[in-house]
Amino acid sequence: MTNPLIHIQGLSKRFGALIVLDALDLSVAAGERLAIIGPSGSGKSTLLRILMTLTTPDAGRVQIADDALWQQGARLDAEGERAQHRARRRVGMVFQHFNLFPHLSALRNVALAPQHVLGLDKAAAESRARKLLERVGLGDKADHWPKQLSGGQKQRVAIARALALEPDVLLLDEITSALDPELVGEVVQVVRDLTTDSATTMMLVTHQLSFARAVATRLLFMEHGRIVESGTPEAVLDHPQEARTQAFLGAMAAHR
Amino acid sequence: MNTWDWDFVWEILPTLLVGLGRTVFATVLGTLVALILGLIWAMACRSSWRPLALAARWTLHGIRSTPLLIQLYIVFYLGPKVGLSLSPMVAGIITLGIHYGSYAAEIYRAGIEGVERGQVEAAQALSMNSWQRFRLIVLPQALPPSIPALGNLLVAMFKDAPLLSAITVVEVLRVAKMIGSETFRYLEPMTMVGVLFLIVSLIAAIPIRWLERRYRGRA
Amino acid sequence: MTDLLRHLGLLLAGLGPTCVVFLGAVVLAALVALVLGAALTTRWWWLRWPAAAIVEFVRGTSAIVQLFWVFFALPVLGVHIPALPAAMVVLGVNTGAYGAEIVRGALQAVDPGQREAATALSMSPFTIWWRIILPQAVARMLPPFGNLAVELLKNTALVSLVGLTDLMFQGQILRDATLDDSVLLLVLGLYGVLAMLVVAGMHQLERRSARWRSSA
Repeated sequence: MTNPLIHIQGLSKRFGALIVLDALDLSVAAGERLAIIGPSGSGKSTLLRILMTLTTPDAGRVQIADDALWQQGARLDAEGERAQHRARRRVGMVFQHFNLFPHLSALRNVALAPQHVLGLDKAAAESRARKLLERVGLGDKADHWPKQLSGGQKQRVAIARALALEPDVLLLDEITSALDPELVGEVVQVVRDLTTDSATTMMLVTHQLSFARAVATRLLFMEHGRIVESGTPEAVLDHPQEARTQAFLGAMAAHR
Repeated sequence: MNTWDWDFVWEILPTLLVGLGRTVFATVLGTLVALILGLIWAMACRSSWRPLALAARWTLHGIRSTPLLIQLYIVFYLGPKVGLSLSPMVAGIITLGIHYGSYAAEIYRAGIEGVERGQVEAAQALSMNSWQRFRLIVLPQALPPSIPALGNLLVAMFKDAPLLSAITVVEVLRVAKMIGSETFRYLEPMTMVGVLFLIVSLIAAIPIRWLERRYRGRA
Repeated sequence: MTDLLRHLGLLLAGLGPTCVVFLGAVVLAALVALVLGAALTTRWWWLRWPAAAIVEFVRGTSAIVQLFWVFFALPVLGVHIPALPAAMVVLGVNTGAYGAEIVRGALQAVDPGQREAATALSMSPFTIWWRIILPQAVARMLPPFGNLAVELLKNTALVSLVGLTDLMFQGQILRDATLDDSVLLLVLGLYGVLAMLVVAGMHQLERRSARWRSSA
């Protein structure tokens, strides 16, 4: 792949004796939408958290566009820190448990970062926030508080909030796992609409195979911190090549 | 000489009430100092600059585990040595503020640590720097649950305010003692001080309970 | 340096009363807290209400006010108690009233299922309370009691204001004698050391009782 947006080399992470990421190599092109599936403990969420700098890797290099997000070795000097900040600003994340700010309205949740991180003035930030809330179908709920919203609505606000900074990469960490089944659809629909409206690069970790099929251009199966199989969603899900992929998919189908 | 004399009680009540006013005054101002100082202290304890964090934590521990009385003497008598010449009331308010600031710092710390990790992570994911995270996300969520405990702090300080009499502040307990030593009648003034304290405590309990109900578990 | 040692020696003479008052008050406080705390959790209103009234009364007035009253007002009524025991009782009851809330919380926090299981085993109410409920509550009580013990230590300094020759009193004597205010810092340091000893002691108690604690 020439000039990938995200370039990961030799990424490793362990928690105590447990190896969570095992010298992972991965390249993601701009505009790709990557779904990652796998058993728990396979390192999928950790990978996303490292990309969001919520977790520090033990070894390896992560490059986003021209800036190094993580590099092996000594502490970052001032230039290195600036590069890390630039790289991190290109990434946004939506969490499994929403993590909306309970003391702020939906509108303020979305407008906060544009105002304080991008430096927009309050009016401009709120105008941008309103447009994003409309885009996720919650224009009329702008002045509601998170606790007044359903799970699906909260997650849609969370998506709007992440989009407010116009990230190049959107990380979706099991965003439907904490939702009641009947609310999953509205969130999946919002993400699908995003794929048609914009070319945001996405990485989504999910247990919901239908979500992966609907949204992803490439699918990875991870186990024990390594990528076992990679391909289009149809290829991996319908015609898995590796035995372990087949075993995992078989177990998932049995629990339907 | 040894039975209760109601006439005497009414006679001394005005003087006692003036003293009580001083006690309340010291408490209110001391609480303001404690609330502000405590927050700064709590933030210092969490500072990423290690010398500051360590100094903050050690002084916090030191102040919390030693008597208010000795701290009062130190501020009042040693203060002038470092150029701080303070009136007894001011010295008393500052010491109450520092001593109870250490309790306030603990309360703030518990509130701050009680804010869910997910909130901090969401703020990090939005590229907020640590000051923005603290000011916009953590602090607004840390303060409401802390309010009942901070209310109790005010009441606790009120009960310790009579210690200011040891550095010559003429507050209610000292007034009582002065009345006693002048008239040789200790029973009425001392008992009335107890009664006044009880009344103030019971009255103060009302807004405290209201605060507790309003802010219980608010996050 | 020799000055420092001499000062220290004089101050330590005050350690005796401080320790005696502290230890006596601690024991009394534990008893008072247990009795009042248990009373606060019973079904019988004629136990609960008086206990609550006592707790409110003692907590509503402060230790210093109570000390002054016992030392100045009580003799007027013809009651003359020797200074040291009087101080012990006042501080013990005062601390015990605060402890009652802790005891109540700990007793109520014990899993109700424990009582049910013990009843199903036909244990007598007293046995249930003494062997099942109380040991589990004690483990939960000790950490907050540790804080209370340090508060009590700090309160012992108050007895200097009613003339007892404790550490604080000795400190003042020394200060007047040497005209050296920095003696006060020494006193501060000594109290700090005493506080650390108290905390260490409480930790030991906590560890011993940890095995009684019910899960979570």
